[in-house]
Amino acid sequence: MKRFGLISVPYLWLLALFLVPFLIVLKISLSDTALAIPPYTPTLDMSEGWAGFTAWLSGLDIENFTWLTQDDLYWKAYLSSLKIATMSTILALLVGFPIAYGMSRASDEWRPTLMMMIILPFWTSFLIRVYAWKAILSQEGLLNQLLMNIGIIGEPLTILNTNTAVYIGIVYTYLPFMVLPIYSALERLDESLLEAAEDLGCSRMTAFWLVTLPLAKQGIIAGSFLVFIPAMGEFVIPSLLGGSKTLMIGKVLWEEFFSNRDWPVASAVAVVLLLILIIPIVLFQRNEEKQREAGK
Amino acid sequence: MSDAALATAPAEFAPWEDAQATPLIRFQNVTKRFGDFTAIDNLTIDIFEKEFFALLGPSGCGKTTMMRMLGGFETQTEGTILIDGQDVAPIPPNKRAVNMMFQSYALFPHLSVAENIAFGLKRDKMPKDQIAARVDEMLNLVQLGKFASRKPHQISGGQRQRVALARSLAKAPKLLLLDEPLGALDKKLRQDTQFELMDIQEQTGTTFVIVTHDQEEAMTVASRIAVMDHGKIIQVDTPAKIYEEPGSVYVADFIGDVNLIEGNVTTSGDDHATISWAEGQQDLIGIAHDAIPAGTRATLAIRPEKVNIATEKPADMTNIIQGKVHDIAYLGNMSTYVVETPTGQLIKAQAANTRRIRRRAITWEQDVWLSFTDTAGVVLTS
Ligand SMILES: Nc1ncnc2c1ncn2[C@@H]1O[C@H](COP(=O)(O)OP(=O)(O)O)[C@@H](O)[C@H]1O
Ligand SMILES: [Mg+2]
Repeated sequence: MKRFGLISVPYLWLLALFLVPFLIVLKISLSDTALAIPPYTPTLDMSEGWAGFTAWLSGLDIENFTWLTQDDLYWKAYLSSLKIATMSTILALLVGFPIAYGMSRASDEWRPTLMMMIILPFWTSFLIRVYAWKAILSQEGLLNQLLMNIGIIGEPLTILNTNTAVYIGIVYTYLPFMVLPIYSALERLDESLLEAAEDLGCSRMTAFWLVTLPLAKQGIIAGSFLVFIPAMGEFVIPSLLGGSKTLMIGKVLWEEFFSNRDWPVASAVAVVLLLILIIPIVLFQRNEEKQREAGK
Repeated sequence: MSDAALATAPAEFAPWEDAQATPLIRFQNVTKRFGDFTAIDNLTIDIFEKEFFALLGPSGCGKTTMMRMLGGFETQTEGTILIDGQDVAPIPPNKRAVNMMFQSYALFPHLSVAENIAFGLKRDKMPKDQIAARVDEMLNLVQLGKFASRKPHQISGGQRQRVALARSLAKAPKLLLLDEPLGALDKKLRQDTQFELMDIQEQTGTTFVIVTHDQEEAMTVASRIAVMDHGKIIQVDTPAKIYEEPGSVYVADFIGDVNLIEGNVTTSGDDHATISWAEGQQDLIGIAHDAIPAGTRATLAIRPEKVNIATEKPADMTNIIQGKVHDIAYLGNMSTYVVETPTGQLIKAQAANTRRIRRRAITWEQDVWLSFTDTAGVVLTS
């Protein structure tokens, strides 16, 4: 009984914070818009008993999902999000791997400091940090001033309000999620494995390819998912740093919800996004499990 | 055996006694410092082809450091290391015909047993079918055929050790370095593997340098043993010599059980010395490596199994000590008697238990006589 109680805690948690909200969103996505509060119909009227329930049920349809396939805005937004999330993940990996590698090779007295530097940004609000990038990237911003003062460029670059700024923002924000799992994989790597590889005829470079990289693989996969999954639904970064041409599903969702007040379509967009993300989430879980097994 | 076979029987393997033989490995005045700590201290030594050379010494005396210098993972601060007549200082580990079996085994966790063994062969760009054949051969050698496709974490510690051994042997290196290869094994498996190692060495003709802190292991496998302490080699000799004729009290005490009897030298020749050691006891004689001036403080080292114990004073022995039985340890096939002399010194004697224990003649507190021959003990001055 006690055991059951313990096991049920995470399930209750999931139920309250994920499943119930999801079911509510799902229900709204099957409803129609209405000029009411809340702005959709039907709403469940318990006072009429069973008849009320059947009436409510018959009021639900998948019209909103059909709509998503008819207007090309939506699938274009999904595709664009997919592209931006994928690119950002690759960029974060390219930046994050050397950082994690450097950290794992650093001497013992330096490691806590380096770790601190990776975690430190979390101590300030994410929103403030993204706003700071506006100040850095704008036409009169720090970056342009610096580059012009050095004399590398004559005209200020337009970075803010482009996809480039979105990439910079996403890579910057999610970099720690890439660095930490890779670091933890590399830190466990026994130095003598590399020596053994060299002993058996590898150059330093081949030892890196044949030993270091394969052993960091799980960390790389975990880090990539941890960047890809939130980047896919990202809303704040594209709306603050991106331009009018930056199309991301998070932004579309926000507009449907708050500008159009079309809760049902917004909910349908959210449900489809979740379905798309379930694939990488499941893959991520598999990877974690594999890692746990190999660690035994 | 026929007379012809006897006539062609090979001479005993002892290249270190042959002035013409060229050593495979030469350490010439090698010093290795880590910061201001000296790990290897002006060390000079020659190791010959096909030797099974053991480095023996307490933890931290520099054994692993010596191995790592041979493997190419550390560079000496001073001196020269030659392998096959070539100064190896500029040669990186992957270009040396040397393979090392690491103290931690260092098996690649993401590769199967067979892939681990094939790793070095693939680097040599050996054709695929030859690699497969060689891997099979190695798997058979270490009796792990059934485990070829397992990952290192799916096999036992002893099996992992064999994989590490097979992997380091696969490239048929000229020189194989084994760093405490059997440290993690239990006694039975360890003894089996020791014999297996000697078999492998005989079959492949590889030169082995083995690090161990287990003196029994060194005695079992080695053609020669180097006893080390604090970055220096104290003595290099065959196991028998090290055991029978240790050059110093340190070596005598480090290897096996020994009685150390201190006294003053009374007379000495080129090959023997006599010490007076306790009042009321007669002087003791043992072999000496050089003539020792009379009056020098010296120690007679004598192994317990070379000391006879009797209830009556023996007539024909040169060295006789009188005492009383202080303790008896029954070890099954033999017993160790600890005898206390009138001056309070404890001396051990060992005797085989050829008779049933009930009929044993010697008991606690009994007056006994210890005796040994004039060549059984060694008189040491350092
Ligand atoms: N990389 C290193 N840096 C500093 N000191 C070291 C290093 N490697 C070994 N030492 C020191 O050198 C001494 C000999 O070490 P080692 O050769 O590993 O001894 P062992 O005989 O136990 O194998 C030890 O005191 C050890 O602390
Ligand atoms: Mg060691």
